[in-house]
Amino acid sequence: MSTTGELPVWAALLTAFLVLTGAGVTLIGSIGLVRLGSFYARVHAPTLGTTLGMACILMGSALFFSVLEARPVTHEILIAIFVTLTTPVTLLLLVRAALYRDRIAGSTDVPPADAGDGSPPPENG
Amino acid sequence: MSWLLPFPLLSAVLLLLWLLLNQSISPGHLVLGSVLSIVASWAMAALRPGKPGIRRPMAALHLMAVVLIDIFRSNIAVGRIIVHPQEPGANAGFMTIPLDMRSRHGLAVLSIIITSTPGTIWVNYDPAKSVLLLHVLDLVDKTVWIRTIKGRYERLLMEIFE
Amino acid sequence: MSAPVLAWSILAAQVMLGLAMCCATYRLVFGPRAQDRILGMEALYVIAMLMLLTFGIRVSDRLYFEAALIIGLVGFVATVALAKFLMRGEVIE
Repeated sequence: MSTTGELPVWAALLTAFLVLTGAGVTLIGSIGLVRLGSFYARVHAPTLGTTLGMACILMGSALFFSVLEARPVTHEILIAIFVTLTTPVTLLLLVRAALYRDRIAGSTDVPPADAGDGSPPPENG
Repeated sequence: MSWLLPFPLLSAVLLLLWLLLNQSISPGHLVLGSVLSIVASWAMAALRPGKPGIRRPMAALHLMAVVLIDIFRSNIAVGRIIVHPQEPGANAGFMTIPLDMRSRHGLAVLSIIITSTPGTIWVNYDPAKSVLLLHVLDLVDKTVWIRTIKGRYERLLMEIFE
Repeated sequence: MSAPVLAWSILAAQVMLGLAMCCATYRLVFGPRAQDRILGMEALYVIAMLMLLTFGIRVSDRLYFEAALIIGLVGFVATVALAKFLMRGEVIE
């Protein structure tokens, strides 16, 4: 099934723990995507997978390959940097787009446009 | 010298990323990475962004540690809200926070910190009134969130950027 | 004895990530609004990236890392483009 025979026990157990924790945290975040009631509450759910879930799985991967190849394998940091910098941008744009659409639709659940918003007013609804 | 390296820190980070991506410090990758990072910093200079001044590197490290701890703690908090048996997310709501920080770079870093932390999302910032609108998943006590953001993040960011 | 523990743990992690992908797909298919679908897609590509990393550990091949990096890059551009599209107003509904 796999070629992990030559890995020492501590590294195998630590990798297993990190990967399982990361997958579990990501799963809880995705369950929140289904369970939470409103869109604005659901936006918070994927951030579990992009922070702790991703960090655990990346640490597990870096540890596994570093021990397996007997030299530091660190390019997992690249994914961590990249996802940490980009996920806030996408979520922020998505929330602003949703807010804009809700205000055009005249929803009363969102704060009105004068509560600190620089978005343009709706032109033709 | 500044025409060759308009953003020395940016070039250094890009070179480091290139070497990380290739997992090698051979001379060929060093030369190629240096050329690429210098060309990229020229492209950045053509956009004419404001130059950020990082005053206190130790404060930046302190902020990084604080943010990592907070991300870990709020992961657990949000996870508990999600697996809570009856109607998760009933306390979610918008709130506004007046900010004292004016630095654009500081505000950009603050937006990344707030949005990366599970449970809070930066929605909008009004530069005219300097009021921040954000959405919080567990909005029980507004003063706690105001104290967290102003006391833990904004104070350190103002030390670094202003 | 360490190899079977690691192999079974990675299998369990992949099952969990698969269930997480199902949850994200539910949001992608059943909406109810366009922004919910985009949120589902954003979660889906992040989980797919993590799934590729666990595949890489399972078969001890670093090539999967490159694929995960590319999924991260392309997914970001796609989500930003879709969110910008929503900002233009009532185009989809």
